[in-house]
Amino acid sequence: MQVTMTINGQAVSEEIEPRLLLVHFIRDQLGLTGTHWGCDTSNCGTCVVLIDGEPVKSCTQLAAMAGGHDVKTVEGLEVDGVLDPVQEGFMQCHGLQCGFCTPGMMLTARALLDSNPNPSEEVIREAISGQICRCTGYSTIVRSIQWTAEHEASVTIGSSS
Amino acid sequence: MTTTDPAPEVTEEEERPIGFGRLLRKEDPRLIRGMGNFVDDIQLPGMLHLAVLRSPYAHARIVGVDKSAAEAHPKVVAVITGEDLAAQGLAWMPTLSNDVQAVLATDKVRFQHQEVAFVVAEDRYSARDALELIDVEYDPLPPVMDVRTALDPATAVIRDDLDGKTDNHIFDWETGDEAATNAVFDKADVVVSEEIVYPRVHPAPMETCGCVADVERVSGQLTLWCTTQAPHAHRTVYALVAGLPEHKIRIIAPDIGGGFGNKVPIYPGYVCAIVASLVIGKPVKWMEDRTENLVSTGFARDYVMKADIAATSEGRILAIRTDVLADHGAFNGVAAPVKYPAGFFGVFTGSYDLEAAHAKMTAVYTNKAPGGVAYACSFRITEAVYLVERIVDCLAHELDMDPAELRLKNLLKPDQFPYETKTGWVYDSGDYEPAMRKAMEMAGYDELRREQAEKRERGELMGIGVSFFTEAVGAGPRKDMDILGLGMADGCELRVHPTGKAVVRLSVKTQGQGHETTFAQIVSEEIGIPPEDIEVVHGDTDNTPFGLGTYGSRSTPVSGAAAALVTRKVRDKAQIIASGMLEVSISDLEWNKGSFSVKGDPSKSVTIQDIAMKAHGAGDLPEGIEGGLEAQICYNPENLTYPFGAYICVVDVDPGTAVVKVRRFIAVDDCGTRINPMIIEGQVHGGLADGVGMAMMQMIAFDEDGNCLSGSLMDYLIPTALETPDWETDHTVTPSPHHPIGAKGIGESATVGSPPAIVNAIVDALKPFGVRHADMPLTPSRVWETMQGNHTPPI
Ligand code: FES
Ligand code: FES
Repeated sequence: MQVTMTINGQAVSEEIEPRLLLVHFIRDQLGLTGTHWGCDTSNCGTCVVLIDGEPVKSCTQLAAMAGGHDVKTVEGLEVDGVLDPVQEGFMQCHGLQCGFCTPGMMLTARALLDSNPNPSEEVIREAISGQICRCTGYSTIVRSIQWTAEHEASVTIGSSS
Repeated sequence: MTTTDPAPEVTEEEERPIGFGRLLRKEDPRLIRGMGNFVDDIQLPGMLHLAVLRSPYAHARIVGVDKSAAEAHPKVVAVITGEDLAAQGLAWMPTLSNDVQAVLATDKVRFQHQEVAFVVAEDRYSARDALELIDVEYDPLPPVMDVRTALDPATAVIRDDLDGKTDNHIFDWETGDEAATNAVFDKADVVVSEEIVYPRVHPAPMETCGCVADVERVSGQLTLWCTTQAPHAHRTVYALVAGLPEHKIRIIAPDIGGGFGNKVPIYPGYVCAIVASLVIGKPVKWMEDRTENLVSTGFARDYVMKADIAATSEGRILAIRTDVLADHGAFNGVAAPVKYPAGFFGVFTGSYDLEAAHAKMTAVYTNKAPGGVAYACSFRITEAVYLVERIVDCLAHELDMDPAELRLKNLLKPDQFPYETKTGWVYDSGDYEPAMRKAMEMAGYDELRREQAEKRERGELMGIGVSFFTEAVGAGPRKDMDILGLGMADGCELRVHPTGKAVVRLSVKTQGQGHETTFAQIVSEEIGIPPEDIEVVHGDTDNTPFGLGTYGSRSTPVSGAAAALVTRKVRDKAQIIASGMLEVSISDLEWNKGSFSVKGDPSKSVTIQDIAMKAHGAGDLPEGIEGGLEAQICYNPENLTYPFGAYICVVDVDPGTAVVKVRRFIAVDDCGTRINPMIIEGQVHGGLADGVGMAMMQMIAFDEDGNCLSGSLMDYLIPTALETPDWETDHTVTPSPHHPIGAKGIGESATVGSPPAIVNAIVDALKPFGVRHADMPLTPSRVWETMQGNHTPPI
């Protein structure tokens, strides 16, 4: 079957097997390997992408279900050579070690901050609680997201002057 | 539209240290862009996909395999069974403990999910589809699942493949002086005994294991991209097994999504992929799914430990003895130095000054997955530390003493180092009391105890748990330590280019620890070249010197030492060249981290960059000096290093639901000289989260029929951001006297030290119920049972 969607701002139209999972479509067919895969049971969240701005585990969706939607992967965070502040935050605060969970964590953080620019620690922990990181013990991920929130706030103030 | 504010959070100097200090990681720019290169990201032209058929039974004879329907699948290229491999002499492979393990089962299956056959197909999904078309006839045998009865005479013999094997015994091992220990116990005022179980757990890195094998038909060159923590050791094993010359084997460990020991062994899937590529002549990818990872690859722990501790009535600890039953699964796949079948369990004497100690151990086969040393355990020190720190708390309970006070009373004193333990381990350096005091101060220990007393009055359950651990890492001196005959030394090469940029090549391999950053810092510290000008090459056997890889927290103690020493070698040569450039003798030169100057005349100086250009440039060099500025080394550690730490955990237990909340966790670590504090903190945090998982959430469990009950992340629970607190960490610094930069290693300290702190805290919370011991995992149901006086061991 044919599926058409927008990925990182670009329209794609591809011939797929109806049973193809979105994560495999993104990784194997489109070659966007920044989206990872880590479990068979929708527990790990290494596969998180944004669909119409909402974090979604791409292993739990068929590629076909994303047809007509707007998908954003980690590769879409940097725009015209400018990093998303979330990416900067993860580097500044050591929010990653092996980097395997990181794309999913950053996308969830992006969606969170888009809807709640100043989340409490509790809200941040809740937001990423569907995702597993084996390396960081989460504190530095929380700090990375807080760093991002603070810096986005200061940028907003700065740009309004 | 979002924009970025690159304003640094820390000062310029902290941000860009020449040498040690907080330095942002060199790995991060690619990883935060999704531009890492993990094994499953690799796509080669014509690449095929391999899937493994696994046994539904834990113990069964294979009567026959019919693969015809699978072979008829239009997208299937090959179906290979154990018999097919046996015809090539490839059905069995050596383990890292001089046992053998089936690549594909031929005679019997010996654990549930053991590899029975594999399919190679044009795509992932078709390979999986075809597995369903293979028809295997099994004749089930009684499974041996209980380690306590595995040696009973009536029990089925699992390893009848081994000549003359009539039972499930693997080895007996002991350490320490039994007679002297028993004598101390006989005269002791107080003896406390407890059976302490460390259940089977699994490292479960977020990236599962896998590989891409590509055998070039004409040259016979094998390239294997593989999730391995030890590329060089793997290459040598393949060379020995397959008879391929090493120069025809290239192992590349690209970015690795966490290892924690899971990626040390050689798994049947790797061998299958190599065989498939060899037979078919095309690249073949094998990638486990999560279930395969949990049920078939290297587990950890699985020790039943009977422990006794002897003390005076004032709380002076005199001796510890233990009798351990070790479940090694169906094949002895422990990755430990050959002379250490129990790993470094011998450090079970902990951080205390004992009069005597003795341990004995019996290891047995069961119908469970093989493995045994994995999951950040520093070769069984997790078990050893858990044993001593739990039994010390049992003693505190019996003496009605504060557990922190009991520890303070018995910790080794600084003037006792180097300290030889009663089991023969020589602790290199330590200053334990300040670490313990610091942790207590951070925790507000006395205040916490007051709060606890008040809460107990009100019927609330709050617990405070303490642990003090000594690690032994950096295996190891080649006179004592080898794996399959390979000495545990590590090579390192440093080349300074003409413009003063450098490349350092390591034998170890990061799985997230940040080697590309910290090793650049080690070199930078020694030679004054900024870390950003130093490229770290690792994880590729064609481009790095031989060495045994990253596990057991050995990278910094062994390879880090190699990096420092090779840099000093280069600096020595640079000094000779500088003496020629400045026309003074070597002894008149002074090193200022990046330049040599003439003593007393700092205006006369040359930078390392000037020297590099001179070393490669025109004009004469001092007599006897060759051009170029590079060196290599193979570092053989003189001893292990012994990091230590003091941990305090505070928990609240809901009396109605038995749900445990880790309220606070305080960790004071001493890993000697600190290379990059940001990375050290990250290593500690990760290990502390591991501790929460092991202590409270997870276990690889089996039913009596041999079914693995923990084959998914729905059943094998891993802590999320909700179960883990905001870690409170600090440090002391006691350098290692024999390590060139005094560093000790930090990768596994927290995984080793945190489980006893958490369990001690939970047991402490349950003190009003008269509880002295409870076994992990302390899930709500197991805590509830304990509160009801119905605690049972998990195995
Ligand atoms: S791959 Fe684990 S949740 Fe999607
Ligand atoms: S950084 Fe390794 S899993 Fe999160």
